[in-house]
Amino acid sequence: MEQTEGGTVMNNKLKPRRPLKEKHYWEEWTGRIYTSICVVFLIVVMFSIVYFVASKGLSTFFQNGISISEFLGGKTWDPTGEPAFYGALPFITGSFITTLLAALIASPLGLCAALFMTEIVPGKGKKILQPAIELLSGIPSVVYGFIGLSVIVPLLRSIFGGTGVGIAAGCLVLAVMILPTVTSIMADALSALPKGLRESSYALGATRWQTIYRVIIPTTLPALLTGVVLGMARAFGEALAVQMVIGNAPHVPTSLLESASTLTSVITLSMGNTTMGSVHNNALWSMALVLLVMTFVFVILVRLLERRNRV
Amino acid sequence: MKAKTVDKIATSVIVVLALFIVILLLGLLGFIMYRGIGHISWNFLTSAPQLLKGGGGIGPQLFNSVFLLVLTLIVTIPLGWGGGIYMAEYAKPGKITSFIRLVVEVLSSFPSIVIGLFGLLLLVNQFGLGFSLISGALALAIFNLPLMVRTTEQAFRAVPKEQKEAGLALGLSKWKIITSILLPVALPSLITGTILASGRIFGEAAALMFTAGMSSPPLDFTDWNPTSPRSPLNPFRPAETLAVHIWKVNSEGIGPDSKEVAAGASAVLVILVLAFNLSARWIGRVVFRRMTASK
Repeated sequence: MEQTEGGTVMNNKLKPRRPLKEKHYWEEWTGRIYTSICVVFLIVVMFSIVYFVASKGLSTFFQNGISISEFLGGKTWDPTGEPAFYGALPFITGSFITTLLAALIASPLGLCAALFMTEIVPGKGKKILQPAIELLSGIPSVVYGFIGLSVIVPLLRSIFGGTGVGIAAGCLVLAVMILPTVTSIMADALSALPKGLRESSYALGATRWQTIYRVIIPTTLPALLTGVVLGMARAFGEALAVQMVIGNAPHVPTSLLESASTLTSVITLSMGNTTMGSVHNNALWSMALVLLVMTFVFVILVRLLERRNRV
Repeated sequence: MKAKTVDKIATSVIVVLALFIVILLLGLLGFIMYRGIGHISWNFLTSAPQLLKGGGGIGPQLFNSVFLLVLTLIVTIPLGWGGGIYMAEYAKPGKITSFIRLVVEVLSSFPSIVIGLFGLLLLVNQFGLGFSLISGALALAIFNLPLMVRTTEQAFRAVPKEQKEAGLALGLSKWKIITSILLPVALPSLITGTILASGRIFGEAAALMFTAGMSSPPLDFTDWNPTSPRSPLNPFRPAETLAVHIWKVNSEGIGPDSKEVAAGASAVLVILVLAFNLSARWIGRVVFRRMTASK
């Protein structure tokens, strides 16, 4: 190989460097094909997830003859009863309530942490908070569930009475879980703000809070909301930590301390106990489809917010 | 109220809440360690769990978690790095690229339980892999790929442009430039990203309940033949990981010491995840020093 290449170099004037060019050609194409296959694989995986979950989830409506309004609006979930009821409203409300409450708790906390890192003590604040946020995001969700079960639930029980499990415990656990997501995105948004804006506000004699409240937050609002939406997306899809502390009762909750269920917690608990293809099983797949649709809703929301951010 | 007073109040509220987060974290870690560390012993780490009696350990679960991580990385690294290289080096700005970006974004926002269910449907049932390590590893690969693609793309984009231009000036092919110039420079951040992703894989449970299964067959740690059903190395056996075990013990544990087992296992899991995080930084720094010959 070396010799032939040397040969070509020596006879450079007589012959074009064919061997080298050919080598180039193949190298170029292996790289191109290999990396393209990887990307095509990603696309195929995404579409097959959507296809399989949708085809399973829709068969509840098309094969088992349960109407969509009964599934989405029915308040009774009794798949083993005679007659059986497949109303998923309790779980849908459970999911939405826990997600919204978790976002309500985590957003102000996250905003304060982000402001602390970027506005109040930039540099030093980042050194303290950044590792804390990263460690929080590293703790696995089952461990959060374990902590919820052994700290938050007994705490709620001793303060409010009752069992302690329920929506309140669920959204407290979720709030801590999504805090890192919310905080890090908000901090990125705040530190990306051009310095001039801040400085001109101070030059006008505004205090730090006035600058934050009147200038910084309104300008970065879409980006800040992106953090909230991504946090909510995470909370909506989280399964095990919520399942451990929410109590898993199949009814529409009327109080925060009442035991309730979310879509994810029902799927986690029941999927293993039903046979594939039964109506009960298909109804669980329909819930997975609701989760899937909500994922798309969150992605669209993030995209819309990003577009507003650019303008 | 004067603007200055408002400013002071707002500042102190922000500082208090920020410190609250730090205290929260310290409290969480302190609690996990306080509850769990007393229960960790060599026997706990190596022995098999007991269903009804006390004194069970987490040996097989710990092994399964590590083995599953290795299998997942074997699948994810070539695919994820390849996808990231495509996005950083080959993709041209346009409709197709922004579509791929959307796919990656959607894929990374799918809840892990949905990916677990997809694995149950396609890998476990359709492909007939059953509840097995291999199903689990493939499901985790799906879970992990988008993250890997993103970190790889960032790592390659962070390589100084001059390096690539120097390669082009030498008349090298694009792929040669990628593998022999850009890859070594990007390697430290690639390794850091991969280890951080490993920490996430290690703690993941929801995607594994329906793919790797929730039970472990009795393992014979003297049998290293990967085809025998009792061998720990057999990739086609069901495997309960540490994270799944914690969930199971917490939600349906009936043994007398299930609380202690859960606490001990949680502490082990958190220590391992923290170790992943710290080693990611450390190894990244060391490799960076090696590669760039700077002190």
